[in-house]
Amino acid sequence: MRIRVIGVGNLDRGDDGAGRAVARRLRATELKGIEVAEQEGEATSLLNQFEGADLVYLVDACLSGAPAGAIHRFDAAAAPLPGKIANFSSHGFGLAAAVELARTLGALPPRCIVYAIEGENFAVGVHLSGAVQTAVETVTAELISLISRQ
Amino acid sequence: MARKTIKVDYLARVEGEGAFKVVVRDGVVQSAELNIFEPPRFFEAFMRGRHFTETPDIVARICGICPVAYQMSGVHALENLLGVTVGGPLRELRRLLYCGEWIESHTLHIYMLHAPDFLGYDGGIDMARDHGDRVKRGLQLKKTGNEILQLLGGREIHPINVRVGGFHRAPRKREFKELAEKLKAARDIAIETAHWVSTFDFPHRERDYTLVTLRHPAEYPFNEGRIVSNRGLDIPAADYDAHFEELHVEHSTALHSRLRDSGGAYLTGPLARYNLCFDQLSPLARQVSDEIGLGRQCRNPYRSIMVRAVEVVYACDEALRVMEFYEEPDRPYVDVEPRAGVGYAATEAPRGMLYHRYHLDEAGLITDAQIVPPTSQNQASVEEDLVDFVGSFLDLPDEQLQHRCELTVRNYDPCISCATHFLRLDIDRA
Repeated sequence: MRIRVIGVGNLDRGDDGAGRAVARRLRATELKGIEVAEQEGEATSLLNQFEGADLVYLVDACLSGAPAGAIHRFDAAAAPLPGKIANFSSHGFGLAAAVELARTLGALPPRCIVYAIEGENFAVGVHLSGAVQTAVETVTAELISLISRQ
Repeated sequence: MARKTIKVDYLARVEGEGAFKVVVRDGVVQSAELNIFEPPRFFEAFMRGRHFTETPDIVARICGICPVAYQMSGVHALENLLGVTVGGPLRELRRLLYCGEWIESHTLHIYMLHAPDFLGYDGGIDMARDHGDRVKRGLQLKKTGNEILQLLGGREIHPINVRVGGFHRAPRKREFKELAEKLKAARDIAIETAHWVSTFDFPHRERDYTLVTLRHPAEYPFNEGRIVSNRGLDIPAADYDAHFEELHVEHSTALHSRLRDSGGAYLTGPLARYNLCFDQLSPLARQVSDEIGLGRQCRNPYRSIMVRAVEVVYACDEALRVMEFYEEPDRPYVDVEPRAGVGYAATEAPRGMLYHRYHLDEAGLITDAQIVPPTSQNQASVEEDLVDFVGSFLDLPDEQLQHRCELTVRNYDPCISCATHFLRLDIDRA
């Protein structure tokens, strides 16, 4: 089974880098049996990353009104992403669009899990905020655990 | 007094923010304001004190869609300052890299952002439900552009292989073999695309724009050429500041560019290139243009989608030419030595001319930088389009009127974020 973890975001925009921070932590663990990718979030490039994968974990930042650091989990293969998250993704034509475009075109991986980490500060050049930093560690640990059991 | 305000605000987003407001009184458009927030201003400030060799990697970060344009304007401006000319295969590779960016950027705009407007869909996903095969073909075309960036730039987004004087690594000829086959298929899709978009129903609106583009005597413009206009302007990039100025306007944090002599707006991008450089397109691109009935001149901004499609045909064609005749260079770059001075360059980003100017000290540290992106240059023209055109659309219901306004802005492909995030409409009727 081909498992791919795709971290989405902009490292130069504070909490928007949360997904990519998870990707980098996972890559550093040298966990066997997975492919780790990073994306800025443009939908069609993201869609290309779905090719050939049986299971994709997408990790992105979001802004839905929940407290910073909240972790939202969605089974995107089972149902469309909730509108609240889709509309408030930090990437305009981004992750939610990629998932729905893939679904429409029959290109969504058989299993596709989305982790959206609630951000609070998306300013240029700032670091991940504390709560998001904690969430990044939590999501990384959870993915390691999940992937190890596959 | 009958007053209508078409106000589209914008919601928080990371990669760019846009909004517009059109005020109508007694059936006449009183004003149109486009508000775009752009990060490049920050870049100009924090580039000061950095070594000139860092430029291509820093400026690539300005835009996720057209990093090559920022890199190319950056390295050409610095090479202008340093007295270095990059020729031969390295020059050709730079054209190839730009082809990749034009293909991916234009194709994204055509398929995901602009075509849905003409076919009555809310967006690319809705359009894909009815036109799935066509969208898949479009995505294949775009992906081929990405693969040029991957091969030549080291990665698809924010390429890392560009340096002042050339590249860190030049590809081997054999690396192009597989890509060339994909590009031939992509070129076929590009031709299909041009025919497809030509069937759309376009509003019949034209304006007598001041068109500004690079023009080169021997090639369709990417990296080199003089800045020309249809009003007789013909200057080197070094004279840009003498003829264009950037102004603060109250409603936008982005600067507006204007012509210094008249204070007028001007238009840069596909329409300008096409009108002033049609003769430099490849024979195939010109043939496709004839087939789809575009004509040698086009002043209808709604038909810019056709012009982009022709430019994608050209970019595929040009990329294949470069790869076919490519000879591996002895070295991937020419040596550059720092010196104090000022350097200028303009190149053609997918959405228009991109001007850079740098000042260096003796140690090669940047003491001043100026970056004028095409979206800043086109802002005033977008507003004039809204003022000119929207008055004739006022009989449309509010929802359609808002859509027509958005379409008018999207003609310019101002940036991916702005073009997809016009979400809210406030109608203020007296």
